[in-house]
Amino acid sequence: MAQARINRIAGLHGPAGWLLFLLAVAAVLVLMPVLNRVVSPESIFHVPNWMLTLTGRFLCLALVALALDLIWGYTGILSLGHGAFFALGGYVMGMHLTRNSYADGGVPNFIQFLGVSEWPWFWVPFQWFWFTALMILLVPGVLAFLFGFFAFRSRVRGVYFAIITQALTFGMMLLFFRTETGVGGDTGLTNFQTLLGFSVRDADTRLALYLVSALAVIGGYLACRYIVTSKLGRVLTAIRDAESRVRFTGYNPLRYKLFVWTLSAMLCGVAGALYVPQTGVINPGEMAPAQSIEMAVWVALGGRGTLVGALAGAGIVNGMKSYVTAVHPDLWLFFLGALFIIVTLFLPRGVVGLFQRVRGEGGRS
Amino acid sequence: MNRAVAAFRELQRRDRVFPFLQEAAPSPGLDTRHGPILYVEGISRSFDGFQALDDLTLYVDDGELRCIIGPNGAGKTTLMDVITGKTTPDSGHAWFGSRLNLLRMNEHAIAQAGIGRKFQKPTVFENLSVFENLELAMHADRGLRRSLFWRLDGEGRDRLDEVLALIGLEARRRTLAGSLSHGQKQWLEIGSLLMQNPRLLLVDEPVAGMTGQETEQTAELLVSLAGRHSVVVVEHDMEFVRSIARTVTVLHQGSVLAEGTMDQVQADPRVREVYLGEEET
Ligand SMILES: Nc1ncnc2c1ncn2[C@@H]1O[C@H](COP(=O)(O)OP(=O)(O)O)[C@@H](O)[C@H]1O
Ligand SMILES: [Mg+2]
Repeated sequence: MAQARINRIAGLHGPAGWLLFLLAVAAVLVLMPVLNRVVSPESIFHVPNWMLTLTGRFLCLALVALALDLIWGYTGILSLGHGAFFALGGYVMGMHLTRNSYADGGVPNFIQFLGVSEWPWFWVPFQWFWFTALMILLVPGVLAFLFGFFAFRSRVRGVYFAIITQALTFGMMLLFFRTETGVGGDTGLTNFQTLLGFSVRDADTRLALYLVSALAVIGGYLACRYIVTSKLGRVLTAIRDAESRVRFTGYNPLRYKLFVWTLSAMLCGVAGALYVPQTGVINPGEMAPAQSIEMAVWVALGGRGTLVGALAGAGIVNGMKSYVTAVHPDLWLFFLGALFIIVTLFLPRGVVGLFQRVRGEGGRS
Repeated sequence: MNRAVAAFRELQRRDRVFPFLQEAAPSPGLDTRHGPILYVEGISRSFDGFQALDDLTLYVDDGELRCIIGPNGAGKTTLMDVITGKTTPDSGHAWFGSRLNLLRMNEHAIAQAGIGRKFQKPTVFENLSVFENLELAMHADRGLRRSLFWRLDGEGRDRLDEVLALIGLEARRRTLAGSLSHGQKQWLEIGSLLMQNPRLLLVDEPVAGMTGQETEQTAELLVSLAGRHSVVVVEHDMEFVRSIARTVTVLHQGSVLAEGTMDQVQADPRVREVYLGEEET
């Protein structure tokens, strides 16, 4: 019950909320670039390039959190396999970058290891950006659609669904680890040079990638917001709470679930595609089951079913992760585990829920 | 509840027309020219060897108000499960009108075809408000695109207000359904059924948990629905059944024991033995 009230207050805006939203948009789209470009490097307010790119990566992860909140927070379907969709988008972009980094006719080592000196057939169309852009949506989208169709049609739910999504991402990881798969094996794809003719290391390209990531999150947020406030969104909430009642009311839950599930996977694909050029590498490690679990922690920490919570959760956890892994790389997994336990035990409604309680709006459940 | 009573009086007035109660939503494919709207023939279903429905045959005429009674475990709820596609029978036939084979249809397709159901245990969408519950149930295209771009028009809003008044929940339209009392949930579910406006309503123990006055209102409502809608009511409360029933079907151990008016049924010695006798002890 308390959950729904959060939906109404935190996720969905009144005039004050819209103001906050515009301020956040201005900070991301205007303030950050100005601090990066206009403010002199000597100033303490200067944002160095690395920080801009780091923020750009965080924005991509925030988009993943939004996508996960749509399917988990609103529809009640916990996915522990969203890392697979994210990585697929990343691989598609990585293939485009790799393909065009060998414009002079050469091929990378991992292709030569396969015993060929030509690009394999499935690499060829990735030289075109339009094809790549299409695949960023289609590859995760089609995989999710097929997977979701069979799982939802068999009415697989709850923990069972979460487990098979783990199996999905694990299986994908094993597949991509193989050198024979032809996408770089365990080292993955790296050493990118150019994107649309611009050097990926160039500060201007980085700024552009950052801005596109920011626009993707803003667009993703507005789209998710539109969905969850529409009648379709209320059907999703109804499915979460009483799926069989939804059926007897005449809605086909299969369609509704497939729609958000596929959309969610596509958003992840976009996030992965924007993430990869800002990281400079994509490898099968992104498909490790733990990565997907971490994504669920972002949403749980921020507060499920609020959208805003997902954004905040992704920012908080990844901020901590950057810090902890820089200071003490070995401790991160313990840290994450502890965070998970704390959230489960003490913050069932996440950070957003905490805010509600402090402001006395949330009420007792 | 006085407001609801007033709304009820309003409903009974002949000069005031409630179009949503007068006319069921159109049901494409439904053919009732042969009389019955529901054909249930030779349905059997067993659970782990226990025969819940045993060669059950039952016809409900278009516009009829039918009561089904029977002791606990007689298979009344299971019968509704079969009709609405929740349970597949081991054998038998179930048709909606003479053209729609219910055993070949999914739950949602059956609901779209015009069969609405109220569950024994009230089920409402707890995290949606009263208003949103009714809006979701409102008869409309259930497709994805329509839901995504849905706008409640003036006519729909009026209908919603009327049903809200009818079920006495006007003041609680913004309340989350989960925080309603048991009786209010019953009413909300009945309201949702009215919004859905089906040709055939299956109502499982509607007055459980209701006060005497509420029970009376429910009886009036169901009676007023008959005619344009067909209604099948499962109920335990004999007083209630007597107040609304034209035809009563008695189920016992998964099949029909007797059928007729309340007086005929009560005079039947077999019925007295298995049901009414039991009730009195
Ligand atoms: N899904 C099910 N699984 C096992 N047994 C069931 C199931 N549904 C109903 N039954 C059994 O079928 C019998 C008839 O139940 P039901 O139709 O609910 O009776 P009624 O509604 O008339 O009280 C009961 O004994 C019940 O235990
Ligand atoms: Mg029952």
